[in-house]
Amino acid sequence: MSAKRLTRDQMAALVARDIPEGSYVNLGIGLPTLVANHLPQDREVFLHSENGILGMGPAPAAGEEDWDLVNAGKQPVTLLVGGAYFHHADSFAMMRGGHLDICVLGAFQVSATGDLANWHTGAPDAMPAVGGAMDLAIGAKRTFVMMEHTTKSGEHKIVDQCTYPLTGVACVKRIYTDLAVIDVTPEGLVAREWVEGLSFEELAALTGAPLRRS
Amino acid sequence: MIDKTVASLAQALHDVQDGATVLVGGFGGAGQPVELLDALVEQGARELTIVANNAGNGETGLAGLLKAGRVRKLICSFPRAADGQVFEALYKAGKVELELVPQGNLAERIRAAGAGIGGFFTPTGYGTDLARGKETRRIDGRDYVLEYPIHADLALVRAERADRWGNLTFRKAARNFNPVMAMAARCTIAQARELVPLGSLDPETIVTPGIFVNRVVHVPATAK
Repeated sequence: MSAKRLTRDQMAALVARDIPEGSYVNLGIGLPTLVANHLPQDREVFLHSENGILGMGPAPAAGEEDWDLVNAGKQPVTLLVGGAYFHHADSFAMMRGGHLDICVLGAFQVSATGDLANWHTGAPDAMPAVGGAMDLAIGAKRTFVMMEHTTKSGEHKIVDQCTYPLTGVACVKRIYTDLAVIDVTPEGLVAREWVEGLSFEELAALTGAPLRRS
Repeated sequence: MIDKTVASLAQALHDVQDGATVLVGGFGGAGQPVELLDALVEQGARELTIVANNAGNGETGLAGLLKAGRVRKLICSFPRAADGQVFEALYKAGKVELELVPQGNLAERIRAAGAGIGGFFTPTGYGTDLARGKETRRIDGRDYVLEYPIHADLALVRAERADRWGNLTFRKAARNFNPVMAMAARCTIAQARELVPLGSLDPETIVTPGIFVNRVVHVPATAK
């Protein structure tokens, strides 16, 4: 394979490209957080944080941290002009009630039917922690996943059926990887675009579920 | 004259019983009523069931209560933290029970208790391990899980400002679970950074009306 995989920032830029102005968006912890850095300054997008913030802004300058104003990862953030605070039941009503347009999550695995596994490896000695992952997965109008196309050891992350514990059933609409953008449709997985130097056949071989061209 | 303010943290907590279920506000450290929790360690109640989003940070507040061995069970969405070593050690040693609840279900179960709802169908968690064994129902083509309210004996919350009637305002994202929990316990105790005279909170901006609050204790902000 002569293709060059996208960097994490290039993946984030691809996701940011597809977020229209006026969207209410939740960016999950980890890789999805990078998307905020790639939203153009002149495009008004409302970032939601599960702990009760709409209009979340970037990290404050050093020395300006306010520990009453943190994001879902408990890191200091800022509030944009026009932003708002609200309590937890309202914050999760925004998710569960379908008021968010897009949420972007990381994942261990996504299945051919859009099942998501991203909260637990299932290892018996691992202390389980779910946070808002299950609410986010099923709540937004569109759930996007951002992840490497395969694991470091080359195993499929896009699979027929998830082997890791599920976060949500049939909830993922689109997958952004370091090789391709893939839609989850009622007719199966459809590759929208893929990196230069990679053939469709090579992409399909790296994908653990049937894949069609758009 | 009604005055819900009490002179000390110890007085606020004097009647907490062993085996109580206690809602604890906060999201990580933001909005956590640390001083009330430290005073609860002093007060000595044991075998507590704690309901909180997280499982404590460092050695004070919720982590201090856990470290002192006062917690029998934690109902929580995200017990992992970089500085969450106290809970992790107790959990791995089998010394504390954990009920893991998706964060929105946790908030809504507490809200339901405060709002007098006997149960609710939520899409969150359907088809996952955290809904195993629970009643489900398909409503208008979508699958839901039946969840029940979490009632509590006590809620410990942190507010920014309070008056003697127990009206509360909060600061930034330190609000989080605090107003929801204030509604759901038989006794709600608020620690407030500032006590203000009755009438000086704008009625349009009061977040938690005093009907949900039983006791208020003044805990000024400390320098970080």
